[in-house]
Amino acid sequence: MSLLEVRNLHVRFDTADGEVHAVRNLSFELDRGETLGVVGESGSGKSQTVLSLIGLLADNGRASGSAMFDGQDLFNLSPGALRSIRGRRISMIFQDPMTSLNPYLTVAEQMVQVVREHDRMTRRAARDRCLEMLEAVKIPDAAERLDCYPHELSGGMRQRVMIAASLLLDPQILVADEPTTALDVTVQAQILELMKDLNRRLGTAIILITHDLGVIAGLCERVIVMHDGELKEQGNVRDVFYRPRHSYTKALLKAVPRLDAEQVERLAPAADSSLLSVDGLKVHFPVRTGGWLGEKRPLRAVDGVNLDLRSGETLGIVGESGCGKSTLARAILRLVPTTAGNVCLLGQSMGDLDKRALREMRRDAQVIFQDPLASLNPRMTVGNIVSEPLRTHFPELGADEVRTRVADVLRRVGLSGRELNRYPHEFSGGQCQRIGIARALVLKPKVIICDEPVSALDVSIQAQIVNLLMDLQAEFGLALIFIAHDLAVVRHISHRIMVMYLGRIMEVASRKALYETPHHPYTRALISAVPIPDPDKERDRDRELLPGDLPSPVDPPSGCRFRTRCRFAQDRCRTEAPQLRQLTDSLVACHRAGEAVLV
Amino acid sequence: MLRYATRRFLGALPTLFILIALAFFLIRVAPGGPFDSEKALLPEVEANLRAAYNLDEPLHQQFARYVWGLAQADFGPSFQYRDYTVTELIMTGFPVSLRLGGMAITLALLVGVTAGSLAALRQNTRTDYAVMSASMTGISIPNFVMAPLLILIFAVYLGWLPAGGLGDGSPRNMVLPVIALALPQIAYISRLTRGSMIEVLRSNFIRTARAQGLPMHKIVLRHALKPALLPVVSYLGPATAAVITGSVVIEQIFGVPGLGRFFVQGALNRDYTLVMGVVVFYGVLIIAFNLLVDLAYAWLDPKVKYS
Ligand code: SF4
Repeated sequence: MSLLEVRNLHVRFDTADGEVHAVRNLSFELDRGETLGVVGESGSGKSQTVLSLIGLLADNGRASGSAMFDGQDLFNLSPGALRSIRGRRISMIFQDPMTSLNPYLTVAEQMVQVVREHDRMTRRAARDRCLEMLEAVKIPDAAERLDCYPHELSGGMRQRVMIAASLLLDPQILVADEPTTALDVTVQAQILELMKDLNRRLGTAIILITHDLGVIAGLCERVIVMHDGELKEQGNVRDVFYRPRHSYTKALLKAVPRLDAEQVERLAPAADSSLLSVDGLKVHFPVRTGGWLGEKRPLRAVDGVNLDLRSGETLGIVGESGCGKSTLARAILRLVPTTAGNVCLLGQSMGDLDKRALREMRRDAQVIFQDPLASLNPRMTVGNIVSEPLRTHFPELGADEVRTRVADVLRRVGLSGRELNRYPHEFSGGQCQRIGIARALVLKPKVIICDEPVSALDVSIQAQIVNLLMDLQAEFGLALIFIAHDLAVVRHISHRIMVMYLGRIMEVASRKALYETPHHPYTRALISAVPIPDPDKERDRDRELLPGDLPSPVDPPSGCRFRTRCRFAQDRCRTEAPQLRQLTDSLVACHRAGEAVLV
Repeated sequence: MLRYATRRFLGALPTLFILIALAFFLIRVAPGGPFDSEKALLPEVEANLRAAYNLDEPLHQQFARYVWGLAQADFGPSFQYRDYTVTELIMTGFPVSLRLGGMAITLALLVGVTAGSLAALRQNTRTDYAVMSASMTGISIPNFVMAPLLILIFAVYLGWLPAGGLGDGSPRNMVLPVIALALPQIAYISRLTRGSMIEVLRSNFIRTARAQGLPMHKIVLRHALKPALLPVVSYLGPATAAVITGSVVIEQIFGVPGLGRFFVQGALNRDYTLVMGVVVFYGVLIIAFNLLVDLAYAWLDPKVKYS
């Protein structure tokens, strides 16, 4: 008999707009020790499904159907009985480890009370149990971490604490709701490895909810695909990935950008003069350390970056959070003050420009931001949003002319051109991003800087937006700087790629060279951390797991910035900062790149 | 921590100086003087008196003399109660006011936090509506209306409690003034607690605690109360100031011989030094209390560290 058997699950919410069905007629099973992946895009009902099982739906939600767990129907239990199952036999971890841990209590305080709620034991014994668990999830210096507050830990460490807390009572099911979505890719790899290991060692069944097919491919034995509150397909992970039956699954698998996809040759742009060049750019922010009224020190967000962009080219910039990629984008557009260095657009140094000339300049360099809805003024109509740059830069244009141009550009980005009088909130995330692109495009710029333009969007929408950007580039000869943390997306769109770490460039290479023969140890780890949505390949890969966390950009390591996490570090790496040097097709900043150990 | 406290206190000195200057000059601008009474004094006598209290000096000199005295913790002599120094008067009145105010704040915290939390836990139910409308009433009725009403009901009609004075010093005498003083604060604090508690209960870590199987009362006490109390703690600074202001009125109405009463008497009699003494004393008290509140805040919120 299965450990958990869900039959005809319905989840409804009473809202002001009437009843909303979040989950419809869902049935599935979970065996002891099994790993089940639940995959779907936002709004597919995947999170509500599990929340309803343990009675944590929002107040206006109702669940019906049956959920037999070890002979008891979870939907028929008294609140007290359900509570004794929650945390003890079915435990759960959530997406954002910062907000999911109580910031006002130490790690020990929050863990000890879970143990003592379910098991009679002394505080001392409970604390020992917690310590054991922290060690089991491989937290370094676990004994000291017990008395830390969550904000004193890094994101990856917090997620480890969450996992430790959820495993304290040896539950039969661990439900993980997007456990790695808020984490950097190298940290995600650590956490996934940990969950795999725990599943093997402790035999805990895992329900993994995620939008990331790659994560499922690596971890799960069985998969449920959900869409719009309904189950579309379920089965063995190999069947679902290699022989999908439902059209939605097929479409989803096709839409995911994958690292192992065939490299469609992207025609290199004519190597004429450089359109944009950045030389020795530094951006330091003064930050207070040691709390309020503490000493002010520079946070080296960008610390000496050079780059060149040719017309018609896409330069991808990748790196984990805190590597300075977004700051770099803003500094290029002079949206943040630079500390040193120079930016030249079309041969003109932007440092010498006065306000007016700078505005002229901005006509040629536009930007698209990450959160599509937040970057559009909610009180302006789409027509006004898109026409605003036109009206500022070409005040002489007549109203009719403006109108036609705006409608044209809206059509060009795949909208109907009739959206002029509507407001941003009436559109979906993907449509909002199209509006943002239209706004950037309306001035016919030469360069568009895209700062994580698709990371807030669902996979299928991501692909559309990326393809749109590529089409527009071909049509208008645009140069793009495409900033993202997702290496697969960057690979899909870029001609050249730059890898950043703690404000410095680690490696720059053509797309082919970077993914086929990465030279820098960080690039290699980064690429090997990206999960591939292919169960066999994903399980056969040799992972280069990076240890530890990103050091603070206020106090970067001496010499090579990457040395604290580098397997190949030597004495020289501590004293001497490696400069970018040419190595076959790449520019690499590593003392040891090219040595045999690294290949 | 100690360094932070010292720095904060030094930082408050300019504020204090402005306060002293304002009080000093404003009260002198007010018509009348300390020696006006029904019976006009002989001009020579008055001149002598003025000389004795240095009131014949130019204003700036008087001010300098006063500030110099303050620096040595000397509030000067009272003009009205001529046998006492202002310091002695403050020391007689303050313990009474402190007891009154302290009890009022404690009561406000206990009742306000409980009522606010209950309202938050039972959001949009009858309990919630009852608490909220009661507190709206508490906020909108000024204490000089509320106090006589309380006296009318509980002292005059029901005869349960004494109407005023300290009588034999039994606690019964304090009940009405404490309640009158605490009511508006109860109202504010319960609204504040309700708002922040609702917000905290919506946060992800509460969901985690529920997923861990903790019962609601433990979730509230262990997880939610501390963060929900932070805004209340910050409000304690203004609350003390409000209670001090309130006590001036309440002590007058209930005939409690506290510092507030001295202040009112002093103001009516143009007892310059007494009025200023009370102002400065309360000023220092409020500054010190705000510092305490900030330190308490740092203690509650691990992310705030003062160095
Ligand atoms: S320079 Fe040294 S520490 Fe840095 S990446 Fe190369 S080998 Fe590693």
